[in-house]
Amino acid sequence: MKRSSKAWDTIKYATLALAAFAILFPPYIIVVNAFKTKDEFHSKSPIALPDSFLYLKNFAQAFKQADMTSAFGNTLLIIAVTLVLNILIGSAFCYAVGRFDFKFKGPLVGLFLFATIIPSITTQVVNYKTVQMLDLTNNLMGPVLIYVGADILQIYIFLQFIRSIPYELDESAMLEGASLIRIFRSIIFPLLAPATATIIILKTISIYNDMFIPFLYLPRAEHVVVSTSLMRFFGVNSGDWQMISSAILIIMIPTAVLYMFLQKYIFAGVTSGAVK
Amino acid sequence: MFSRLPFNTQKKFVIFGFVSLPLLLLLTFSYYPALELIRLSFTSWDGLSPNKEWIGWSNYKEVFANPAIFGVFKHNFAYFVVGIVQNIAAIYFAVVLNSKLKGKNFFRLLLFLPYILNGVAVAYLFGYVFDTTNGSLNYLLGQLGFDALSQTSWLGNESFVNYTLASIGFWRFMGFNMVIYLAALQSIPSDIYEAASIDGANGWEKFIHITLPNIYKIIELNLFLTVTGALEVFDLPFVLTKGGPAGASETFVMKIIETAFQFNNYGLASAMSVVLLLFVVIVLSIQRFLLNKKGD
Repeated sequence: MKRSSKAWDTIKYATLALAAFAILFPPYIIVVNAFKTKDEFHSKSPIALPDSFLYLKNFAQAFKQADMTSAFGNTLLIIAVTLVLNILIGSAFCYAVGRFDFKFKGPLVGLFLFATIIPSITTQVVNYKTVQMLDLTNNLMGPVLIYVGADILQIYIFLQFIRSIPYELDESAMLEGASLIRIFRSIIFPLLAPATATIIILKTISIYNDMFIPFLYLPRAEHVVVSTSLMRFFGVNSGDWQMISSAILIIMIPTAVLYMFLQKYIFAGVTSGAVK
Repeated sequence: MFSRLPFNTQKKFVIFGFVSLPLLLLLTFSYYPALELIRLSFTSWDGLSPNKEWIGWSNYKEVFANPAIFGVFKHNFAYFVVGIVQNIAAIYFAVVLNSKLKGKNFFRLLLFLPYILNGVAVAYLFGYVFDTTNGSLNYLLGQLGFDALSQTSWLGNESFVNYTLASIGFWRFMGFNMVIYLAALQSIPSDIYEAASIDGANGWEKFIHITLPNIYKIIELNLFLTVTGALEVFDLPFVLTKGGPAGASETFVMKIIETAFQFNNYGLASAMSVVLLLFVVIVLSIQRFLLNKKGD
């Protein structure tokens, strides 16, 4: 018994070490090469450390050439507007549905739940035409409309959460003469904060990492976002891996940093988002 | 002012005001496109002209009869195979990280890390790893003495390019599956395991008779995500290989996008979308059916 558990421990650590190596090796290569000059890159082995981690020219050039000022600006704007709309519309909807009974409420909620069956990637052929008709292609608000309109994750999360807020809070506020709008604004919405935080994290990551929607709806150079800026940069610098490495790092770092600080919320959010 | 209105008027206002906009969005961006896809799939619409000529089932015949269209599903199959292995690895690491272990929070943090990284950046990251001449994988193989292997063109070989690409998916999503399994494992009450230990069950027996049955639902959920993910692969091959070499890594969604937006054949692209939609719905229905049967 004792011996087998010791062997099991060895296997556990060996496989974890292997996994850690497999996960860290690709980013390691990017990190060491992003700081190499062109000559260094060609003369040294790919896994060798650079002469200096203070050689930042690749980053400066990548940042400029990939137009990352616009890319980060556009991405942030899309994320911010999407989040505000999603949270306002989603929480208000869940207040109405979670707190009141009305005709057709069951079928209405069913309609929202059933829609998750439709994979959003299949409907783009038609949605593209809809956005075009609204004159929102080549406009940052086009992707916002798709992110707000075609995703119902926030409704799941809010709907689950609002059930855990006791109705007595609403009742006592009503007795004191508060209007329903005021109850929503000053009592329910603030209490939904943990759900709101989950939604902010999940949506920020998914929009930041999305390539498909911006590629389809924002072909112009001025509307570049992080994903498409990297694609364009790769097209121009293909083969210059020390340059591409630095561009990859610039794009990867923001979510990695966010992850370090918000890991607890991210794990909780991912779990509740997946098991909807 | 609003608060002076009678409660019922307020209630009606709230319900109507708060429900109508999300409902409109849902209908516009989920249900309308699904129905419109079906209608367009019976036409030869080019995406521009005002008339949409009705051509019956011929788009569907084209989808199933033309190996250049339906045949690309065999490229998607590689992602499914790798996805199964990925789930097994995810369950394994979830069990490992759920046991008594030093540094388990660190490993959980590390294994999940790839999931939150930008997909395009990850694709190019592996473009570098798999590069034939400068790539770090071939360099590593050379250093380890596998000289013959170290010349491999990982992304340029038609027979295994899809497995190469799918392995990137493995790297990226294994930790995601693992975190979901881990949450399921943590919700199994520990007294069941204690009781089994008293009865003399060993670790493997506990895994088979307690752990697996208790995470059955979550395994199904993850498998569903794996199957639909495999059917809907787009960004990795699109970014890294553009479907090459010679179309060997083209996936079904890439084919849809190309048909619609490059060849302006919206009718055919719609029929392809409907076929994909049906596949996903069928997979989901099977999953729900099995789940309900198990629940009875």
